[in-house]
Amino acid sequence: MIEQLIQHILNDHTLQTVTLGALILGITAGALGAFAVLREQSLLGDAISHATLPGVGLAFLLTQDKSPLTLLIGAGIAGWLGTICVKVITQTTRINKDAALGLVLSVFFGFGLVIITIVQKLPTATKAGLDKFLFGNAATLLKEDVHTMIVLSMIVLTLLILFWKEFKLLTFDGDFFKAQGFPFHFFDILLTTLIVSAIILGLQTVGVVLMSAMLVAPAAAARQWTDRMSVMVILASVVGAISCVSGALTSSMATNIPTGPVITVYLSLAVIISLFFAPHRGLVWDWFRIFKQRGAIASATILQNLLILSESHSDPYHPHDAAVLKTLGSNAFNRTLTKLVREGLIKQYPDNRLSLTPLGLEKARQISLELSEEKGT
Amino acid sequence: MSPSLEIIFLASLVALTCALPGVFLVLRRISLMSDAISHAILLGIVLAFFLTKSLSSPLLVAGATLAGVLTVTITEVLIKTQKVKKDTAIGLVFPFLFSIGVILLNKYAGSIHLDAECILFGEIAFAPFNRLVIQNMDLGPIGIWLVGGIFLLNLAFILVFYKELKLATFDPALAAALGFSPVILHYALMSLVSVTAVGAFEHVGSILVVALIIAPPAAAYLLTERLSSMLILSAVIGVTAAISGYWLAYILDANIAGSMATMCGVIFFVIFIFAPDRGWLARKFFQKFNQWNFAKDILTVHLLQAEITHADRQEQVVGHMTDHMLWSPDFTDEVIGRCLDDGLILQEGEKLLLTDYGREKAKISFIKG
Repeated sequence: MIEQLIQHILNDHTLQTVTLGALILGITAGALGAFAVLREQSLLGDAISHATLPGVGLAFLLTQDKSPLTLLIGAGIAGWLGTICVKVITQTTRINKDAALGLVLSVFFGFGLVIITIVQKLPTATKAGLDKFLFGNAATLLKEDVHTMIVLSMIVLTLLILFWKEFKLLTFDGDFFKAQGFPFHFFDILLTTLIVSAIILGLQTVGVVLMSAMLVAPAAAARQWTDRMSVMVILASVVGAISCVSGALTSSMATNIPTGPVITVYLSLAVIISLFFAPHRGLVWDWFRIFKQRGAIASATILQNLLILSESHSDPYHPHDAAVLKTLGSNAFNRTLTKLVREGLIKQYPDNRLSLTPLGLEKARQISLELSEEKGT
Repeated sequence: MSPSLEIIFLASLVALTCALPGVFLVLRRISLMSDAISHAILLGIVLAFFLTKSLSSPLLVAGATLAGVLTVTITEVLIKTQKVKKDTAIGLVFPFLFSIGVILLNKYAGSIHLDAECILFGEIAFAPFNRLVIQNMDLGPIGIWLVGGIFLLNLAFILVFYKELKLATFDPALAAALGFSPVILHYALMSLVSVTAVGAFEHVGSILVVALIIAPPAAAYLLTERLSSMLILSAVIGVTAAISGYWLAYILDANIAGSMATMCGVIFFVIFIFAPDRGWLARKFFQKFNQWNFAKDILTVHLLQAEITHADRQEQVVGHMTDHMLWSPDFTDEVIGRCLDDGLILQEGEKLLLTDYGREKAKISFIKG
């Protein structure tokens, strides 16, 4: 199956172009998305990507030129304008970020639709030309497009590596960054510009509607596996690249499926897997930890109660009625008891009476010592 | 009614219906939930369509509404796990559900008139063709009845729970203490947004619904302090955007829903600039006004101090102000000119003297300062 696929790609120039384009997009968007997510700008990506639509349309309307560079420049300018609108609205009015993002996103997109419907009525326009910017169509990627993407992503990634330290500091501690005398606004704008660039990289492949997922999802998945920025950026790039390439290939080889949604589904699967199974942070890990803690607390409760009973008696190993212990309370009493008997901490008599074993007594005393120490501190 | 009148009426109705719950979304700072909901309902619509094989079944509305509420729930559960932040959670959930909807639609429903363009553009222009006919009686487009019903639902909900909504929006802690469950109210509001999005979806598409939900209330928020007037203003702005949007589309021969969203943006922009108290111009004006007032206070108080201490008469010379206050000569001239106009001071050659009125004013500002 996979061999066949690889064979297929090697023989087919269209698929090669698609794969290369998707690879570049996945790496770049994944890396920049990590910053967007950590700076709590996840939804800014959504607003920017929708805001690029009128830029694409206007660039075509004004220049009558459908080369990728022209359209991407138009998209970039519009995306940038959208970002500035969000900033101005949130900084000068009492309208909050959420509403400002939604406003910019929907109004720009609506204006974009107006432009696109006008463009589509021009005699020079073929309908397929601008449609792919909505949901993306990787199969329409041409060599020329991929070359533009390579150059753009090289610039973006070089700047990212060059100013790595600055961006990292800006992301985690903006105030310290300012206090150290770095030009905050310059780097803030530069990083936003790079994010805008990553977004316009994906317009043709993923489309404006779902481009935000391309930024957010790889980063959200990568975040679960690591606490280190560098590792997270690399992981996000890898997740982005794998999902993007598989999505682009799936949609190119199937009929009638736009690329953006397929990539989004793959990305979401990566996020779901990470959320559940990532070591230390994953939900399964959490549940296991809670389960273990509950068991430990239940065992400690029974041992403690038995210790209290045994201390009231001259013989510490004197057996006591199980019913008494049960009344004193413990989670999942019977299961925990069986476990304690198996571990040799408690001895069970046939008449359902219990006593501590020497090992159990020692353990119970140790626990009560630990507890009183904790109380002391 | 002629078809174009019907479209204008329907467009206004959609705008009105969206603006009402929008007010509470904007005030409660959860505007983008409308974006998430309006996308996610597509999956509900598609699944319900596969079940019922009909586009006009009430099950479709129910399924889609359920999908909307489900999105909110999943997003909130995801936020509660603390594995991702709030905005990331929103940005993860709805693209996933929306994508599944789009894929299913493209793959299995190629023949029906729901396609990618319809999802994004809406087809309000076709609404007059889809008519409600009972016993050979033409009762107008189905869309008007559906959206009209949703409008009445929204209106009724807001009228009945006005006090509760107001309290829960502005003081959630007090609302909870008084026994209104904020959670129930929240989910009721989210269901309302879902129903609204479903009703509007067919006509204006999944993204432009957001413009109609957020933009009018956001603009109204810049104009008023009162919840009741904000609701009315949002409705007025929404309807204005709908009607002017229709004409814009007519003139440009462009998509109607897109034009409505564009007009929402234009109206917001105009209000952003010209709003009486919070607009850009008003703020600039107040800034200048305050700046001159402050400068006048400084000058008169300075002269007052010079009078009281009988210090060197130098203090009262025009040129001295420039040195002492680090004001530029032009600025000093302007301040002196304004003080003269207001009758606060008199100028005798190079010397400045307070008038009685100016002295009183200076004393007051001195005490206040």
